[in-house]
Parts: sequence; structure tokens; C-alpha cells
Amino acid sequence: MGDPRVIIVGAGPAGIRAAATLVAAGIIPTLVEEGRRDGGQIYRRQPEGFVRPYDRLYGSEAAKAAALHRTFEGLAGLIAYRPETLAWNVADGALHVVSGGVADALPFDALIVCSGATDRLMPVDGWNLPGTYSLGAAQIALKSQACAIGRRVVFLGTGPLLYLVAAQYHKAGAEVAAVLDTAPAWLRLRALPHLLARPWVLARGLMLVTRLRRAGIPVMTGVEPVAIVGTPEAEVGGVTIEDAHGHLRSFSCDAVALGYHLRPETQLADLARCAFAFDPVSRQWLPDIDPDGRSSVRGVYLAGDGARVLGADGAEAAGELAALAALRDLGRAVAEPRMTHLRRICQRMDRFRRGLAAAFPWPAGQAARLTDDTIVCRCEAVTVGTLRGVARDMGAIELNRGKAFSRVGMGRCQGRYCGHAAAEIIAAASGLPVEAVGRLRGQAPVKPLPIATVRAST
Amino acid sequence: MTARRPLNAQADVIIVGGGIMGAAAAFFLRRRGRSVILLERGLIGQQASGTNFGNVRRQGRFLPQLPLANRSREIWGRLNELLGEDAEFLASGHIRVCYGEAQAAEFEAYANAARAYGLDLEMISHNALRQRFPFLGPEIVAGSYSPHDGHANPRLAAPAFGRAAARAGALVLEQTEIQSVEKAGEDFRVESTDGRVYGAPSLLITAGAWGSLLSAQFGEAVPLVPHGPQMGVSEPVPYRIEPVIGVVSRIPEEGIYLRQITRGNIIFGGGNRGPAYPDLRRAYVLPQNTLNQLPQLGRLVPALSRLNLIRVWSGIEAYLPDDRPIMGPSPTVPGLFYAFGFCGHGFQLGPGVGDTMAELIDTGRTSTPIDPFAISRFLGT
Repeated sequence: MGDPRVIIVGAGPAGIRAAATLVAAGIIPTLVEEGRRDGGQIYRRQPEGFVRPYDRLYGSEAAKAAALHRTFEGLAGLIAYRPETLAWNVADGALHVVSGGVADALPFDALIVCSGATDRLMPVDGWNLPGTYSLGAAQIALKSQACAIGRRVVFLGTGPLLYLVAAQYHKAGAEVAAVLDTAPAWLRLRALPHLLARPWVLARGLMLVTRLRRAGIPVMTGVEPVAIVGTPEAEVGGVTIEDAHGHLRSFSCDAVALGYHLRPETQLADLARCAFAFDPVSRQWLPDIDPDGRSSVRGVYLAGDGARVLGADGAEAAGELAALAALRDLGRAVAEPRMTHLRRICQRMDRFRRGLAAAFPWPAGQAARLTDDTIVCRCEAVTVGTLRGVARDMGAIELNRGKAFSRVGMGRCQGRYCGHAAAEIIAAASGLPVEAVGRLRGQAPVKPLPIATVRAST
Repeated sequence: MTARRPLNAQADVIIVGGGIMGAAAAFFLRRRGRSVILLERGLIGQQASGTNFGNVRRQGRFLPQLPLANRSREIWGRLNELLGEDAEFLASGHIRVCYGEAQAAEFEAYANAARAYGLDLEMISHNALRQRFPFLGPEIVAGSYSPHDGHANPRLAAPAFGRAAARAGALVLEQTEIQSVEKAGEDFRVESTDGRVYGAPSLLITAGAWGSLLSAQFGEAVPLVPHGPQMGVSEPVPYRIEPVIGVVSRIPEEGIYLRQITRGNIIFGGGNRGPAYPDLRRAYVLPQNTLNQLPQLGRLVPALSRLNLIRVWSGIEAYLPDDRPIMGPSPTVPGLFYAFGFCGHGFQLGPGVGDTMAELIDTGRTSTPIDPFAISRFLGT
């Protein structure tokens, strides 16, 4: 029997730590990365030729970013690295990838999915106007290309990223018109016991808010989004909200960064037929994992924000832990104290995750208040009213049924950006708890696959 | 659409299985004034009826099936007014194409034979074909054009029949799983897993891939094999491809078919079939099947090579060894009727099967011949 075939998907903090752990055990893993460069999102590398120093790019996290990048560089020649490669499907013990228009099937004994997270979005009237970006996209523009999404930007939503990206924009010289948080401030007090699991992270977060306020930027909590309003040219011209006292407030801007914390990218886990369960803490369906990252499917491991949004530090621990679990399941000797140590880190991070979910909750209640002509599925231009109609008049009280009748989630993004909101809208329209509405079944391909794709010659 | 659940209910007819066959039969039985209970384990039209390609095609069928297909096609043409809902039926035309001369000769022979059944097909040679349908690839040798065939939306058709049946007074019960089916005296007695009991002198089994599990209760099991169609859809582009196009070939990988919907997406299927698991109620698309389909799409319509595939899906279809469905009365149990196992070509037939089964149950005879589909051909007596 040859060396075990271990594949890691995603060269972010979790994937790189998993790769390093496997290499240390004498295994040559395959590392599949969709992007051009390693680092993931938080430690995203700037393109070649850009020369911003680490402390400017990563601020307080510069040392960690540098350490992770160094670790990756040290793996050169020790791993089979496949950048710019999309893992589009997984079936029958093989990961299906495509790169440069050529498709290949990579059989595995263990698959460690570190697929990361993307923005979680709730529609708002006018969010389809050009100039509206997700918070994550706004941050990528800055980090990767040193671009801002606009001259004067409103940050709307909730979660740590709302304040972080606003502060990064301010620091980079963009005008931050306002930071508008849907979460009321008192929730943070209630979440404090959990948030104290990571006191330094909490302190840094508080400093960010202070810095924004000191700069004279309006920072409001407990707001209700009313609309993103357009210019006569039908581009973003401003944001209207209702403040915590019920007064309408408007902020002019030429771009909006919108997001309500993150959602794991779980399509590969779904295609691998992993079991999912509803997580009441974050009000979303998550793949089942044991404390070490084992999914319900033998040989499939899930780590990092793609399994639970623990952030970059948690992802590094979870990636190493999943790799150790895979090694143990492959019959290799693994140091139990190290696993215990990593499990404790992950538990602490998970406590903090719960704190964040309580302090910056997903604004489920907005779903019932959206106007009928607000677009929910931007790929297919499905309105909230259409979705409510199929729920109320056609009995589509299950999300896949709602999709079948209304086309919600049928477009290019396959419901990755509208699926959570669509579930809340159906739940509100039918008076059911959102977990009873279910979740969109994942279907291949994970991202659009060119029809011109050819098979690798073997 | 699920009605309030009565504790027990009695009707003229119980239908088990709410796919397009059962939902259409319920609708047409109501139009004949018969009281109906339609029992569906999941949701109406959720399995093969909702996941198939959406072909409303007559040409190429087993010739003795054409009268039934014609009857169905006539109903498709007035479906919206019948149901009061739009199932997106489009009489767009349907074209069968081939890459070899042998199939071209078969097209010719089929067209000559089909004429007797009232189906007029137009033979189109290579050059004329490319002139008329310039998006077709250069390898295509010949085509057979059926101007009045077309396509419809399978996600909408069966549920529309179910809702129309319910509006017409049928008791349509979704999420109702059957525990037992038996004949007790003059009536059939159907018990659901929630302990409710339904009774009727007539019972129609339209349970698709699960049909034989029920016919076996009456000693009439058939060799039903489940397969999953391998479907896919492209991103939307401007609407240019009017007819449904299907390749006829002896090489399974070449046998793909596609249609463009007015929204712009190109829906395709064909090639090798995939695995289906009736007990799990899931069927899967195998990645290698998708990868086999992609170059065939580019071969059939070269412009498609510039698009992206955005989603694949499958469903649970039931096949019989002779590729023909089970349809008609039970030879041994009076009042028992079957319509299942449509071998991947049932969607077009759905409205016609519903109408014909309603006629059979109501009058004891059918004005459309269905003898070739009798269950007795598998009962070995």
C-alpha cells in the first residue's frame, strides 16, 4: 500500500496549517486553491509587484500573516500545490477539480475541506443598485488591489467585519459616511461572558469603534435599514435607515458595503453527502462535525470558517486538528496532548463565536418587513413579493419547493447569497420556524463550470 | 395545497402517488364527477415529474404509443385554460438530429410509419438544416422536425394539476405515507402511517419508481429498475434556440438533448444514466457523466462552448426491461388500476395518461389503445 492520498481544499489559515501538519508526518498532501495566491481572505496576499509592507496590510495581525505565509513558503516542494484550481464536485472518493479549462479527478483517502466563509446577506430595498458591495468584497478590493469601492462609503449591517472594514477604509483615506449597525448595543453586554473568551480580540474591537467615533464618523447601533436610494443614473446615491429612536435618517454616499457577519461555504461538504444540522446560535444549517473536525462521512474532514466561523486563529487550530484526526484515522501515531491543546483552543474560539452571534445577530426579523418589490435573488431578479406569493398561495413552505416555483436561488450563485434570506422570508410568510423551511440542497458545480471544459488526458 | 386531514375518508377513487400521472388523473376524474382522494408521500410532482427534462415530444416514440401521445399533446395545447395556471408549455417544435447516415434512414422510415398515426414529420437534409437552424454543429447529417411538439416546465406542471384537482374538489393529501393497501370486501382500504384510513371501490397506483412495491401487495410485482437522468443547465443568454433538439445515436454518450427556455438558460440531459436510490429518495449526477456531456453540447451547438454550466440535478425514474410503461387495469383484482414506470418518457404523456385513466376508471374502457402497456406482460401467466 502506498502513501495515503490526502487532499486539502483551500490555502487559507486552516488549509496551510493542515498541510504543514501532514508534511511533518511525512505525507505529501495535495493542496487545491481556487485563487491565484495562498493566504485565504484575512491573510490575503497582495498581487505580485505590490509592495505594501505587512504592518500596513494586516495591522495588528501582521506577525500572524507573516508566519502563515512563511509556513506556506516552507512547504514548497513538499506538497502538491494546485493554485487557480476549482474543486467543482466530490463523488465516490474523488475530488473533481478544474484548472485552465482542464478537468481532473483526484482520488483521496482523506479530504480536508477548508473552504472558508463568505458574507451573509439580508436584502434591502435598492441593494441591486450598482455601488452596493458585500463587506468582504469591499475588504478584498482594499487588501488586494489597494482600491476603495467608492469615494464616500456607508457601512451597513452587523458583525465584527462591519467595524474592521470601516476602520481600514478610514485608515486608507476613503471617506466613511457612516457605520450603521442593525444590532442594538445592549446585546453586547449580554454577550460579554462569551466574548471574554478572547479578551484581546474584544479589546481590539472596542478600540476600532472608539477610533471610528473619534474620527467624527457617525456610528449608530440598533438601526433598521429602509433603503439604498439611487441617483438619477440608477447608481447608489445614499442610504436611508430608521435609527434606534424610530427617526428616519439619510446618508449620502456613492457606495455601500453591506453584510451581516459570515456564512460557511458548505457546498463541498454537501456534495460529499455530509449530514447537516440547524445551528440555533447562528440561525443557519451547518455540517455536523465532531470536536476534531470529522464530518459524518468517513474520510471527509471540515475545518476553518467553512465549518464554523471561528476566525483566522481558530482556523489555524482547526486545520491542524483536522489533519491530526485524519492522520490518526489513517493509522498514524498522533500526540494526544497536542490534540487536547488544539481542542481547547477551538472550544474557546467557539465560545467567542457564540458571543459574536449573540452580540451581532443575523437580522431575521427584517425578512417580514421587507417591501414586496425588494429583490431577494439578484441572479434571477426574484422579488420578495413573488417568494411570499409561492409560500402563501402555492404551498411552497419548504425552501427547495420555493426555489422550484419562484426560481429563487436558481442563478449563477446557486443561492449562496440569497438562500438564508429566502428561508427567512418563507418562514415569516408561512408562520413557520426557519429550521422547518429547510435549506437549499447543494448541487454541483460549486462555481460555474465552463462548457468548454475538457478532461485531462490520462 | 394540502387540505385539512379528515380522520377517515371515503371516495370513488383513491390514487396513490402524486406525480404528474396521479395529479392529472385526479383532475380528470373530478371533471367526470368522481370523488377522489390523492395520497402523496412527499410533495406533488417532486420526484421524476419535477426533475425531468420537460420534453413534450411525440416523434421517436414506440409507434403504438402515438395515439396516447397525441391525446396528451391535445391537452397540453389547452393546459393553461384547463388548469388556470401556466406550466410554460411552448409548442416550439422538436428536432431529432443524427451524426450518421444510418440514423437518417431510420428517421425517414419512422416518419413514413408515423404518418398513419397523424404525426407529420419533416425530413431536413444537412444543408437545409443548417440554413434553418444556423446554431447547429457541422457534424450533423440530417434532422427530423416535428413542428407541433415542444417543451414545458416540469417544476410547475404536476403541482398545477394537483392544485387544479384540489380546487375542483379532490382531497389532495401531501406528506401522507402509506402503511398498507388491501382489498377488504368491495372496497380498497388504504392506511397511512399516521393511522388514518381511506376507502374506495377503485384504486389507482401512480407511484412511479415505488409502483411495484404497491402492485406487489396484490401479487403483481414487476421488474422495475430506478435510474437518475443526468440533467444540467447553463447560465442564461438571449433566447435564440427555439426547437427542442435531441441527438439520436447508438453511442450512449452522443445521445444528448437540450432546450432553451425563454428566460435564456439552456437545459440539457442525456448520455449515460446515473444512480437512483428510491429508499433514500435521492438520485445523483455522476461527475464523469457531466464531463461527458459538455463536449457533446459543443458538438451539437458549437456556440454553447462559450457558456458556463451552473447547476446539475437528477431524479428517480423507473424503467422496465422493454422501455414501456405499466398502464391499465389489474388482470386479477377488480377495481385496481396502474399507471407507473414510464421509463424516462412520461412527462409528455402525463396529461393524456391522467385523462385516459380517468376514462378507464369512469367508463370501464378507453378510447385510446393502451393494450401494449398491460401489466400482464410481466406476470408470466
